[in-house]
Amino acid sequence: MLDALTVAIGAAALALAAWCGFAALRNQPTKDWHFIGMGVVTLLVLAQLVVGIVMLARGQRPDEGSVIFLAYLVGAFAAVPAAGLLSLSERTKWGSVTVAAGAVVLAVLEVRLYDIWGTPGA
Amino acid sequence: MPDTDHTPAAAGSAGAAPDAPAAPGGRRLVSGPGLLLVWLYGVITVGAVSRSVYQISTEFDRAPLPYTLTGAAALVYCFITYSLVRGGERARRAARLCCAAELAGVLVVGTWTLLRPEAFPDATVWSQFGMGYLFIPVILPITGMLWLRVRR
Repeated sequence: MLDALTVAIGAAALALAAWCGFAALRNQPTKDWHFIGMGVVTLLVLAQLVVGIVMLARGQRPDEGSVIFLAYLVGAFAAVPAAGLLSLSERTKWGSVTVAAGAVVLAVLEVRLYDIWGTPGA
Repeated sequence: MPDTDHTPAAAGSAGAAPDAPAAPGGRRLVSGPGLLLVWLYGVITVGAVSRSVYQISTEFDRAPLPYTLTGAAALVYCFITYSLVRGGERARRAARLCCAAELAGVLVVGTWTLLRPEAFPDATVWSQFGMGYLFIPVILPITGMLWLRVRR
């Protein structure tokens, strides 16, 4: 469950990065559709956060420790919304670039989360 | 103090003002490419601070030198991010100085980790010139100094 979400979020984050990068190439700021995309990605990460906490509560332990796992979950949850809010203050293509960078950061965090959880299955 | 004092005077006194709706109190450093820069600095600040807090509080004795260096890096990142957000001429100069210090830190620590790996039982954010962080630690200060070169 968690691994599937992690992979899905990684892919979604890269898609969001490509989409916003494309907007930046065309000299456009982030628009409503981009924010809907960010919302979808954020919902997925929220689901991951909840699933992760439930798994910890059930007594399962990530390979690299619960504290690091939780910190990465929270960081992943914050990445895209924070970049989206920043892009609201910069209505140029640089807002789009920033969201694209935020999505790439999220994808990297998902790779790390995959390693941190470690053990296959679950 | 003795050097030229560029206090933000009345609007427009410094020639062409590129972005009209600037924040009250003068020059915004967070506009255009500056937004991307402050975002990346924000991310690396969160990364370095959380990493050093965790390492120093839980396993400091295992590798004191790397963890202390990461802590120092975290402080520098904090200060640069804060300066960029605050804006203004003094913040620009301070941030630029810190970018130079950061670059020096990355180069020194990066070289150090290559020459004396045994001094580093665990990695710092600046090990191998920040390779574990996609080389962002070495790219950021350079772009930062370029961005902060011009007065805004």
